[in-house]
This record gives sequence, C-alpha cells and structure tokens, in this order.
Amino acid sequence: MAEHFDVIIVGAGMAGNAASYTLAKAGLNVLQIERGEYPGSKNVQGAILYADAVERIIPDFREEAPLERHVIEQRMWMLDERSYVGSHFRSENFNEEKPNRYTIIRAQFDKWFNRRARDAGAMVVCETTVLDLIRDDTGKVIGARVDRDKGEVFADVVLMADGVNALVGQRSGLREEINPEHAALAVKEMHFLPREVINERFNIRDDEGVVIEVLGTVTSGMLGTGFLYTNGESIALGIGCIVSDFVEKRISPAQLLDTLKSHPSIAPLIKGSEVKEYAAHLIPEGGYKAIPKVYGDGWLIAGDAAHFVNAAHREGSNLALTSGRLAAETIITLKAEGKPMTAANLKLYRQKLEESFVLKDLKKYKDLPETLWRNKQFVTTYPRLMAKAAESFFRVDGVDKLTKEKDIVRSFRKARGVLGLVGDAVKVARAWR
Amino acid sequence: MHIVVCIKQVPDSAQIRVHPVTNTIMRQGVPTIINPYDLVVLEEALRLRDQFGGKVTVLTMGPPMADESLRKALACGADAAVLLTDRFFAGSDTLATSFALSTAIKKIDAEEPVDIVFAGKQTIDGDTAQVGPGIAKRMGLNQLTYVSAIRSLDLGSRSIVVERRAEGGTQVLTTGLPCLITMLEGSNVLRRGSLPDMFRAARAEVTTWNAEQAGVEDITQCGLRGSPTVVKKVFAPKPRNEKAVLVETEGKSDAEIARAAIDALFTANPKLEAEIPELVLAS
Repeated sequence: MAEHFDVIIVGAGMAGNAASYTLAKAGLNVLQIERGEYPGSKNVQGAILYADAVERIIPDFREEAPLERHVIEQRMWMLDERSYVGSHFRSENFNEEKPNRYTIIRAQFDKWFNRRARDAGAMVVCETTVLDLIRDDTGKVIGARVDRDKGEVFADVVLMADGVNALVGQRSGLREEINPEHAALAVKEMHFLPREVINERFNIRDDEGVVIEVLGTVTSGMLGTGFLYTNGESIALGIGCIVSDFVEKRISPAQLLDTLKSHPSIAPLIKGSEVKEYAAHLIPEGGYKAIPKVYGDGWLIAGDAAHFVNAAHREGSNLALTSGRLAAETIITLKAEGKPMTAANLKLYRQKLEESFVLKDLKKYKDLPETLWRNKQFVTTYPRLMAKAAESFFRVDGVDKLTKEKDIVRSFRKARGVLGLVGDAVKVARAWR
Repeated sequence: MHIVVCIKQVPDSAQIRVHPVTNTIMRQGVPTIINPYDLVVLEEALRLRDQFGGKVTVLTMGPPMADESLRKALACGADAAVLLTDRFFAGSDTLATSFALSTAIKKIDAEEPVDIVFAGKQTIDGDTAQVGPGIAKRMGLNQLTYVSAIRSLDLGSRSIVVERRAEGGTQVLTTGLPCLITMLEGSNVLRRGSLPDMFRAARAEVTTWNAEQAGVEDITQCGLRGSPTVVKKVFAPKPRNEKAVLVETEGKSDAEIARAAIDALFTANPKLEAEIPELVLAS
C-alpha cells in the first residue's frame, strides 16, 4: 500500500529545505525527495548566504550552521586585459553581532539545514529521483513516481524545488524547457589556501570575508560576470555568461575561467593554491518575464525552478529561501483552514510572493536582463573605456589635465557616439527604475 | 539464519584533501560513505538471507553520525542495526577495534545466535585488512578471507563452501559455521532498495550501545589505551623530478636497443659517461 503524506517536496536545496523545515516544524507530514547522495551533494552556488532570509526561518542559525566568513568588504571591478578600475566598500559596521552576509559551502550548509528539517520531523529520502507526477482524472497532482521499486507515493500537494532545470515539471508537462537566453552557465573552482594566507592577501582578520565581482573583457564580449569569494580556507573563483552567448561565441566556459585566473588582478590572489573542485551550474537569469506559472492544482514551484533569481544584485539563495518558506506557509494556512490544495486556493502563494521582496524586486528589474543582453557594450566597451580613462587620468606624462579630460571624453564619444551614450544612459535608467 | 555485517563509515577518498602543513587528512567537510568493500559483503549477506531466510544485522563503531551509514544499509534491506559509540572507543587501532566489535558481536550472538559474520576485505582509510581476521581470532570463528564467491551453504550440516582467491589460483574451501568471511571487490553489486525500504530505514530505531552496553568489561582494551599502534610521523612522498624515458624497440635489434638505453642513461646523467671507464679500470 503506497504511503500518503501531507506534502511531497522535490529537492533539498535552499527552497526545498526552507519549505521542509517550515512544514515539519508546523507538524505536517512531509516527504522530501533528493536526487543527490546527500542533501547538498549536487548543489552549486558561489556562494553567498543572506542572513535575513535564513533568520526568518531559523532565528538562531548562526549558532550552529556551517558558515565560512562574514562579508565586510565588497569590491566591484571593471576589467580590461591588463587593468581593473573599481570600487570597494568596506565597513566595520559589517563586523556586527549578527552579520548580514556570509560565504558558505553549499554541500556543508545544505546538509546541516536538511538535518534541521529531519530533526523537525521531515522524512528525507536521498539518491532518489522523481520521474514524474501522478495526477487524478481531473488533472490534479496527487503524488509522485520515483526511480525505485514500489516507487509511487501520494500527497495533498507537491512542491517542486528541483532547481534550475526544473526537470520534474518538464517531464510532467507543467512547463517548458528553460530558454538558453534566460540561463547563465557559471563555472567555479575552489582554490584551497591556508587561512592566514587568505587573511593576509585580502587584508582581513579572523573570519572576515571579501567578495569581488568583476565584469569586462574577461567575458570575451558575452553578457556575464566573474566572482571571487573568500571562504575559511579556500577561495571560490568563478565566471558565468548567458548560455546563448556561449553558443554564439563558441567559447568554452573552462577557457573563460582560465582567462579570469590568469588576469593580473586575480592571479596573485590565488597564487600557490590547490584546486580541488571544479563545478558548473546553470543560473536562471531571465528575470521576471521568465517566471513560469508557480502554482496549479496540487502543485507549487519555488526557488531556481521558479526562476527566482535577481541577477542584477547577484541574489538567488535568499529568493529561494523566501519562496520555499512562503510556499510552506501557504500550505500550512490552507491545511489549518481545511481547504483543499486546488489552484484557486494555492493562488495565495502567488499573492504572498507579490507582497514580498521576491516578486517586487524581480518586477523592478523586469527589463534589465533583456536590455543588457541586447546591449553588450555595458560589459565590453564601457569597462575598457573606464580602465583606459583611469589609466590616462593617473599617468603623469607631461600632458596637461584639461587635454587629458578632453581625450577621455573623446574616447567615450568615439566608442559610442553622443546619441549612443545618451541612449545607453536612458536604457540603464529605464531598466533599473 | 542470523548474519552480522560489520561496516565502517569512511571519508570519501575521492574527495579527500591532505593538510599542506601537517600532512594529515582534513576530514572537515569531506563527505562520508560506507567503506566500498563493505558493500560487497552487505549484498552477499542480503542474498543469503533472501535465499535461506533469517536476519541481517549491520554493526558499526564510530561517532554518533555513523548512524547514517547504518541507515543506508537498512535502506538496502538490512533488518537491524547496531551502533557502537562511546568516547572510550575513540582512537582505536585495529587491535582495539576488533576487541570492541567482537565484544558486541558476542552480545548480539547471546541474544540471537550468529551463523556468519561478514566484514569488508579492508577499509579504504586504514587499508590494514586486520579487523576482520582480528574478530575471527577473538571469537574463535573459522576464517575465510579474500572470498570471491560463496558456492554453497548447508544449514542442516552447518557447512559452507567458498572460492578463495589465492596466489596462482582459486582455492575451494569448506568449513563449518559459525565463520567469518571477507570478500573481494567485484564479487557482486549492492542492490537498490525500494521506496518502502527507504521509509523503513528512515523510521528505524538504530540500537546504540556505549562500551558498557556492548558488554565491554575491560575498558583498557578500548580506544587509545587499548591501541599499541602509534602514528609517529606522517609524510608525503616527494615526487621525483626526472621523467621516465621510453626507448623505442619496434623493429630494432637488441644491440640497437641496448645502445639507445645507454645513450638515454648518459643523456640523463652526463657525468656517468666519464666515470664509467674509471670504474671499469678500478675494478
């Protein structure tokens, strides 16, 4: 006799674990199914954790969660082949009792998070893939079929938190395959170095951390960014670009990462490190317009599977955590009111998302992904111009300052034209508004 | 029939890092797995149980989190699980480990007589292959190591026939029960549990024994105190600087090959060319 649960959650990433913990803590009978060997084993992220989103689920998470470093300094660099020009923001205010951002290693964090869900009473089954969803005569989702003997299991509602590829929804005909223009492919290496070496190279103490985001010539004309995050005893270094750009440019992601690694601004930071991990992952970066239907009869979608990533601000895990929590709270509310898990009732989830920063932020930037994708000059021409301008400005060579300034202005005008410059400013302003 | 399978939770050696300064294994953050050699004997035990009926009990010694490996074994179909965990067991070498495990198996045996004890051939973290034989010796069990297949088992006459890989061939051995068996890799492949098995494993109570509950009377035989093996130094072998030189032999005469080999030697070590005539003269 197949078992019946209140909720089946597909996936044990940020969204899945947030939902699983929230539901189990509320006393619901939860089954969480994870494809990987253990929760976190297949999960890839930079990774930055935003404390607020976790705090709303587990207020005292800092006491026991495996955290690497809290971020006290953010650097934004624009690169040409030999230089970078950028801004750094560092503040003692980030050395607070309850820091705002942490670097984490997902394999460890997710394992811990899922353990909390299990301790709260969730049933977690790993190394198990959901093949498709089971529906009744009316089309309502009533369960899932997995790749094991006697693999049918039933539930009032299924939450798909199965990540960017959203295979379960696809296989079950609830949604389309992700569009290559809406996904970035990111590759990442973990460079291991002793803690003291990292602290010295980044001018930090103890478990203070630094985050560097770069854009410019390193992406070879494709829309994308690179990143460097400091962990306790390792540096996560990666770069990602839109999939359709990779296809068009025929550049391999590994090649791109090699370029970043050998860039004069990055190479000294990772010198002498031991590389032990190489990972690649898709990031859903299509923004608001790429969001699929997130609820239906007997089902909900959260996290990357629902395309909840704010690419402009490099935020994803917090949207996943929050959407997972809101999905759980929706189910808890309906359950408490004795309402069935129909599309009409589950619409509450969408409302909760609209009221939260998740959809508010994504809506704010709804035109940004396309604007940037159609206007590569923002990641190609401008970083180069900025770097050249800075170099010219700081180089003392007998040329008077006024001439230098005129040269700089001329270089911008020559590259983009006056109309182009004004147009670019308007485009960004519009998309950002 | 009652079968006990000893398993060990080990760091996944494919993902291990060695500390650059101390040369010790950095276990933090390294995922753990069931020692792969143990999976072979677990499957064999499950097959025997399926064929002859009875019960498979999995046993491990380790920190509390080692219960994960026991649950994995349960999810594959094992019937019961026992975890030995106690700070007194910490730092055990193979002598102390075989003492603790054999003590626990004696207790399991007293509750429900044990016919066969299975252990992995060796672990991938210690690589000693001593614990299985140590248990057999301490319990006075007939010992069958490096078994590649179990040919037959007769519960009536309480005898077992196995194939054992030996140097230069395969031995066919017969012995009586109870016995201890360690098996070669590749003898079988561990099954995949059904979804109900996964549920059962997640809900199962893992029996947890500390030293006293396991029946240990002499605590000095456990853990660091019971371990005469001391790791004095750990070092990484230095990689050699010279690369091997390949001498082409295809279609060459012996003289030509010898000449090429000598040339390669002299190229790698020019001083040798001058010294050899002197050495020959000196002799």
